[in-house]
Amino acid sequence: MLSLKNLKVSIAEKTIIENLSLNLEKNKVYVLMGPNGSGKSTLALTLMGHPIYKVKSGKIIFNGINITNFESDKKANSGIFLSFQSPLALTGVNIFSLLRAAIAGKKDPLILREEIEKTAKLLKIKKELLDRPYNEGTSGGEKKKLELLQVAVLNPKFIIFDEIDTGVDVDALKTIAQFMEKNKNGRTYLIITHYNRILKYVKPDEVLVMVDGKIVKKGNYKLAEEIEKTGYAKF
Amino acid sequence: MQNSNLNFDYKFGFSMPEKNVFKAQKGLTKKTVEDISDLKNEPVWMKEFRLKSYSAFIKKKMPEWGADLSKIKFDDIYYYIKPTEKQVNSWEDLPKEIKDTYDRIGVPEAEKNFLSGVSAQYESEVVYESINKELNKRGVIFCDMDTALRKYPEIVKEYFGTLISPYDNKFASLNSAVWSGGSFVYVPKGVKLPMPLQAYFRINAERFGQFERTLIIAEEGSFVHYIEGCTAPIYTTASLHAAVVEIFVKKGARVRYTTVQNWSHNIYNLVTKRSVVDEDGIMEWVDCNIGSGVTMKYPSVILKGKKSHGEVLSIAYAAKGQHQDAGAKMYHLAPETTSRIISKSISKDGGRTSYRGLVSVAPGAINSKVYVSCDALIIDEQSRSDTYPYMRINEKNSEVQHEATVEKLGEEKLFYLMSRGINKAEAETLLVNGFIEPVVKEIPLEYSIELNRLIRMEMSGSVG
Repeated sequence: MLSLKNLKVSIAEKTIIENLSLNLEKNKVYVLMGPNGSGKSTLALTLMGHPIYKVKSGKIIFNGINITNFESDKKANSGIFLSFQSPLALTGVNIFSLLRAAIAGKKDPLILREEIEKTAKLLKIKKELLDRPYNEGTSGGEKKKLELLQVAVLNPKFIIFDEIDTGVDVDALKTIAQFMEKNKNGRTYLIITHYNRILKYVKPDEVLVMVDGKIVKKGNYKLAEEIEKTGYAKF
Repeated sequence: MQNSNLNFDYKFGFSMPEKNVFKAQKGLTKKTVEDISDLKNEPVWMKEFRLKSYSAFIKKKMPEWGADLSKIKFDDIYYYIKPTEKQVNSWEDLPKEIKDTYDRIGVPEAEKNFLSGVSAQYESEVVYESINKELNKRGVIFCDMDTALRKYPEIVKEYFGTLISPYDNKFASLNSAVWSGGSFVYVPKGVKLPMPLQAYFRINAERFGQFERTLIIAEEGSFVHYIEGCTAPIYTTASLHAAVVEIFVKKGARVRYTTVQNWSHNIYNLVTKRSVVDEDGIMEWVDCNIGSGVTMKYPSVILKGKKSHGEVLSIAYAAKGQHQDAGAKMYHLAPETTSRIISKSISKDGGRTSYRGLVSVAPGAINSKVYVSCDALIIDEQSRSDTYPYMRINEKNSEVQHEATVEKLGEEKLFYLMSRGINKAEAETLLVNGFIEPVVKEIPLEYSIELNRLIRMEMSGSVG
């Protein structure tokens, strides 16, 4: 579904990721682990087309199309979604207007509203939150749930979850993870995390370890358990 | 492939063939002033008022602060155009090109749906006027200023020019000399208008000056919401709009005055607006400046009565070639008076916004409270925003709060929205509309939709 070919990514002329090649398949769950500053979020933001991350060489191929130089809206419209590590607050913009703009007339606003409310209920998001400016005065768990709500409405095929499990309490984590598990069919997940706890609910097919912008090890879910016990020192 | 910004965006930039029954000679002389007065068959006192205003205008200097007005050519402007023989109260009775104009702007439609009364000014005269009959029976007067001068000379004489004297500033002098049209609103004691009154101002002619004059008197315990809108065709030559608005809010009364200013970019919009509020009264200006090339406008509230309240909520949007120099003035003269100024400005594509505000608390205005908040949003590097807040606090026993923020449209927020599949122009629009939302929500729904739409058009037209 998504393949990276010899990807080199820099920010302000500093190389963060070098010569990265990866092949991520449909209907699979990948976990990306690695110490802070190893380039995980850089990879996530690059895949989404953040303007400060420059692809110096290499390619991002998504469903056979070279999307390396697509702007982020075009990347999103081809089916890529990034669940942000720390989603920003948007003054005066609520989730309805955000998603109405995102689907750009492809759905009737009333149907969209129903869909949002239904999904919010499944995710145990308080209804009054939906009418408030997006992410203003929301808790960590609520922020991450609102990211998931957008997954449900926008229906992307390749989803990067950048630390969806941080800043989230036990109950919220359970809701979030179960929702992810239930909706994984036909999609590819790339879950960036430091912890094992989310993997109890969402079983990974492959665990990737990134250090200094390179994938240094691949394995099954046991690798994640091992890392949680012993850390990254040995890589 | 972008068109010029103006032509691309501005829906009301069309012009109609110019037809009129009288057009004054170009330029301003004493004779022009006399001619206008004679044509209107005015009482002597008004003619004298005009003439002394004209001398004041000649003597007064241009303001030495604010926006650049050096390109106004006073000799190159027509000061009076009478578009039709008489005023009508049915749209069908208007000449076709005028009726078509208002249809395209959507005034008759709005009238049917949510207004208590409508006045439509075309060039110098109000060509159409109507008011809900029930309100008429209850003593509410809503007519153009010229008619008011004929039918209610005592009331007009008592108030006219008492709040904004012809010597106030050069453009108030000019208006006082050549004024024509505008609204007169009188709301009797205790009458509360259920729906707004709307005045619509249209300039069609080229090199023209529109100088309407508005006077609103809200008697004890009454309420009125007055809305004005304005548009003009796009010409390469400049036109001038210099209005004077005086509002008297009596004890316990409340007046809300909403402006959606959407002049084409060739208009100099130089307006003096002032109100005086008695005990327990409330004056609210909701002032949205989207159009015009240059605007200088600072709606003022004189809080004369104890516990009176004044409010200015404003939005200014400046794109390429525009300078919105807008703000507010609050004069606290009595104890326990309160005021609130909320200003939101956006500059883009080299546009410039300035917030210019004055808050004055006089000695003895004890326990007065002032709140000022001005936020500026700058979309790109070429654009500019300045803040000039003046505070004269001469009463220690008062509370003043002032907040100001300047923010650049955040790249991170844009990225967030774009990562949801929203294109850049749309994402900017969403953020800008979010930024002005606290003011927009104070505006009646019909107008807030229009305002959001305007912003959307302005934003999307210029992203290349």
